[in-house]
Amino acid sequence: METTIAGQNIALNAEGYLSDLNQWTREVAIHIANEEGITLNDEHWPVIEYLQEQVRNETPLTIRKVGKSGIVNIKEFYALFPGGPLKKASRIAGIPKPASCI
Amino acid sequence: MKDIVILGAGTAGTLMSNHLAKRLPEEWRIHIVDQRKIHHYQPGYLFIPFGVYKEDDIIKPIEKFIPERVEFHQQSILKVDQSLDRVYLEDGTALSYDVLVIATGTDIAPDEIDGMLGPHWHKSVFDFYTLEGAVKLHDKLDSWEGGHLVVHVAEMPIKCPVAPLEFAFLADAYFEQKGMRDKVEITFVTPMDGAFTKPVASAHLGHLLEEKGIKVVPNFNIMSLDGDKKLMMDYEGQEVTYDLLVTVPTNKGAEFVERSGFGDELNFIPTDKATLQSKVKENIFVIGDATNVPASKAGSVAHFEGEILLENVLRYIHGRELISEFDGHANCFVETGHGKALLIDFNYSHQPVSGTFPIPGVGPLNLLKESRMNHMGKMAFKWIYWNMLITGRHIPFITAKMNEAGKNFEEVEL
Repeated sequence: METTIAGQNIALNAEGYLSDLNQWTREVAIHIANEEGITLNDEHWPVIEYLQEQVRNETPLTIRKVGKSGIVNIKEFYALFPGGPLKKASRIAGIPKPASCI
Repeated sequence: MKDIVILGAGTAGTLMSNHLAKRLPEEWRIHIVDQRKIHHYQPGYLFIPFGVYKEDDIIKPIEKFIPERVEFHQQSILKVDQSLDRVYLEDGTALSYDVLVIATGTDIAPDEIDGMLGPHWHKSVFDFYTLEGAVKLHDKLDSWEGGHLVVHVAEMPIKCPVAPLEFAFLADAYFEQKGMRDKVEITFVTPMDGAFTKPVASAHLGHLLEEKGIKVVPNFNIMSLDGDKKLMMDYEGQEVTYDLLVTVPTNKGAEFVERSGFGDELNFIPTDKATLQSKVKENIFVIGDATNVPASKAGSVAHFEGEILLENVLRYIHGRELISEFDGHANCFVETGHGKALLIDFNYSHQPVSGTFPIPGVGPLNLLKESRMNHMGKMAFKWIYWNMLITGRHIPFITAKMNEAGKNFEEVEL
């Protein structure tokens, strides 16, 4: 599925997650965050960058890991991305949805 | 003489000891370390609460499966000193190694959740990821008069991610057979956004939960548990009450990993996902649940990893380049109750899809579809496990790398 965000063609999977992290820009993040009902501010960006860095290093992500990142604790992570923080933050950061095997 | 030390004599460690005993040159001594005497057939834990298996059906002595050439040290592991290439055991022994294979798996850590342990543990809050928990849960279910059964996953990753779902399906069938299904409400509580998280599996299997009358509470990340009030709370203030809680607590790697200073925050070991060489040091390899690779924590994964790891250990000792061939392949039967099961086959890049297995276009097993044949496969697997899998014998038609033929990948929309 292709869509146009901020004048760019972006490939999304069926659940609306970016297929390729290289297509991610801050404008794309702001657009997706708005769809999730989140207005990004200075506290969101370091979390988004941390998630992207983990994915580039192929490190599996968990909420606990984010909570121990030194950037936010678990409660703050929930406050920034209410209602499924890892899932929403992943979509905004342009990385794959956290998933189980089926 | 040179030494290879394997830490852990569970599924992965035992099968590696068999592989290595057959293939390592004679100048190599092989050691395996485990504190336990008994090998558990862990896929059997699921069936114990429902009385399908008894304790004696799923345990055998570890030594029965360790080849003669391998020396078994029944000791717990204090720590690995990777700078000296040495493992320290509880009795003060120091084992020096040229190559180390870590296969110490994962275990539940209920103490990671505030309030989970307490007088209610194994009274109204149970696990079934230990033999003790599964046996005590059987006693509980046997005399339980009904109420709200909550099946719960604390956080990912967990060993055998489908097991909690299988537990919910089997519980539904169990209470129906006892003629008391109407007295039991079953709820599945998960930190993920649904019981199924992959689009194809969700489309094929989503109906099962509704048919079986199992309610799902998604996106529940447990913060604490109150055993007196029989209540779980999550970080956003959601609450779930229960009469009987069957939980899969946080899973962690072995404690010596933390003492050795090379694990992640859950004691899983940073490992190259394609070669299985650790990122700790080049002469340390990791297999099975102990790794941090993004594959499922499951016996089938350890089995497939075993073939690649054997090749890479042999290449490493001969100074040759490692192969980057592990593809994350997993193959799991999923019990759905009433004598039926599903089969799923997937890897790092392909989610489970429908099709035939193991022979493309023929089967006899069907992927992502309930059948009695799949259930028979699951029950027959116990024999295969003891007689072929952990002894490192080749299982016909089953390949380490996932076979892409006979599978309906076109149903995946990307």
